Amino acid sequence: MGKTLAEKIWEDHVVRSADGEPDLLYIDLQLVHEVTSAQAFDGLRLAGRKVRRPDLTIATEDHNTPTLDILKPIADPVSKLQIDTLRNNAKEFGIRIHSLGDADQGVVHVVGPQLGITQPGMTIVCGDSHTSTHGAFGAIAFGIGTSEVEHVLATQTLPSSRPKTMAINVEGSLKPGVTAKDIILAIIAQIGTGGGQGYIIEYRGSAIRELSMEGRMTVCNMSIEAGARAGLIAPDQKTFDYIKGKPHAPEDFEAAQKYWETLFTDSDAKFDVEITLDGNTLEPFVTWGTNPGQGLPLNASVPNPAEIKDSEERGAAERALEYMGLTAGTPLKNIAIDTVFLGSCTNGRIEDLRAAASVIEGKKIAPKVRMLVVPGSERVRQQAMKEGLDKVFLDFGAEWRNAGCSMCLGMNPDQLSVGERSASTSNRNFEGRQGKGGRTHLVSPLVAAATAIRGTLSSPADL
Amino acid sequence: MAMEKFIKHTGTAIPLRRSNVDTDQIIPAVYLKRVTRSGFEDGLFAAWRNDPEFVLNQPQYKSGTILVAGPEFGTGSSREHAVWALQNYGFKVVISSRFADIFRGNSLKGGLLTVILPQEAVEAIWTTIENDPATSITVDLETRTVSYGSTTIAFELDDYTRWRLMEGLDDIGLTLKHTDAIDSFEAKRPAYKPKTLPIRI
Repeated sequence: MGKTLAEKIWEDHVVRSADGEPDLLYIDLQLVHEVTSAQAFDGLRLAGRKVRRPDLTIATEDHNTPTLDILKPIADPVSKLQIDTLRNNAKEFGIRIHSLGDADQGVVHVVGPQLGITQPGMTIVCGDSHTSTHGAFGAIAFGIGTSEVEHVLATQTLPSSRPKTMAINVEGSLKPGVTAKDIILAIIAQIGTGGGQGYIIEYRGSAIRELSMEGRMTVCNMSIEAGARAGLIAPDQKTFDYIKGKPHAPEDFEAAQKYWETLFTDSDAKFDVEITLDGNTLEPFVTWGTNPGQGLPLNASVPNPAEIKDSEERGAAERALEYMGLTAGTPLKNIAIDTVFLGSCTNGRIEDLRAAASVIEGKKIAPKVRMLVVPGSERVRQQAMKEGLDKVFLDFGAEWRNAGCSMCLGMNPDQLSVGERSASTSNRNFEGRQGKGGRTHLVSPLVAAATAIRGTLSSPADL
Repeated sequence: MAMEKFIKHTGTAIPLRRSNVDTDQIIPAVYLKRVTRSGFEDGLFAAWRNDPEFVLNQPQYKSGTILVAGPEFGTGSSREHAVWALQNYGFKVVISSRFADIFRGNSLKGGLLTVILPQEAVEAIWTTIENDPATSITVDLETRTVSYGSTTIAFELDDYTRWRLMEGLDDIGLTLKHTDAIDSFEAKRPAYKPKTLPIRI
């Protein structure tokens, strides 16, 4: 019997396997950031261990960094200590780091692909659940905790149990205005936040193949929101073209591509589970609740919990509506927004900025709405400025910031206040995710832009 | 990091009747700035802790060491701080019918035992500890059972993880015994695999 893509990559990385033990998996690349690494480096120091492969490790500062006045000392002393700790650890252990102000600083999952370090057939880890983003290149990429970060630093391997495989087929063509973000929000709404638990998802089908590399990254990015350990897409010519010319593209590109071309699911391979979605009928999607599975097409209304049969889900919906300050039956398009956040590892790449800019160009932001535009990396910011997008956003009335995770997780000063409502291109609408008491609706960049114009959840078609 | 051995724990339990308790609820991002593994208890369930009705604030549950939560506990981020916050607060065990993968992995690496029981069993424990918060519950890794009163429920945990927890073994130390295998794997890696150093721009 043939093998799935995930099985092929997995098997190519098994250092050791023994009955009754997890496989010891070789890790091709570890990405490091300030929030989940300090205790790992401490552990190495305590045990007198070194980083085995500094040349397969790269660090950047993103989660905790300010997006304004980035070259001034960080005002919050605790944040500053965390950043300084990463810088000192990188120096002590000989790890490449891209700090604030550096041309390659940015959200860790934007930085890897733009450097060309993310390539097909790799195993990639990071102390961050959105590591699944890199799966867009046909890599097994997953988030790990700090103990595992330390493990990989010390050994360049990770004991891991082999996940089951799930295929999600999205067939057909997306309608204009429907994006990669809408695909993944629709998938999560269908299978739920635990639907992917224990699986590596392979996204397949014509609607996936038609996506750009950046769109594919958006889809894979939110695999974790469906509970999956990782999500990936078979590499194709688009993948190879994207990598070609990047700083760390293979010198022997032909040899690499020859291997990459073997990375697909064999026609006689079997997935443990297969799910199919019709791409033709997808609509712009938004979330109404407090987990990413609580989403609906933008044309729908806030659901009535009383109509939900499952008692757990009903209870969760009741609590979500209370937290979100929403009434059942309200059309989603009537929901007024205070803040629009465009950015994050989900939707902070250049195509996302271009898409939003194309909607708002020549228009003015709705009264009382604030919009934060936070490029995913310094390179994205520079590219956007080269194209004049910063002016489009500033003329519109948005704030143009420096790169970082920013309001996606509200760890730096970019936060919602109590009761404030956002339309956010990020990945999580958990209670308080973007600031204590803040209310988040997850949307695509197109919906974010249209919402900033109208002040209520909207798509470009509503303009 | 070597961890404390886990063989058996007896304590009282706290009912957390919520599903999808995500990592941002367990500990919000603003509490993740420390560079140590301790002191995270102040951020545990931070958004709910101000509410005097919240179960952790109820005097009858003050000394609980076993958290009994709804399904999909620990969804979201990979932050191990969520495990540290629970441990720093004093929890030794979390029981739920479903855990998010990364959270569960982190918990078992760090010695916080996460026990998966069927939802009916979770409901039964909720009812019992709500009726009598002083109910003593024993979680025994040797026999892989949860017991209280006259009830004993078996749970599954793979032999390898159980052995590691019971011995309190350092995962890194275990892997380093196989350095030879890592060396020979590395020797065969193709040259086209990317490296971060030397820096190319």
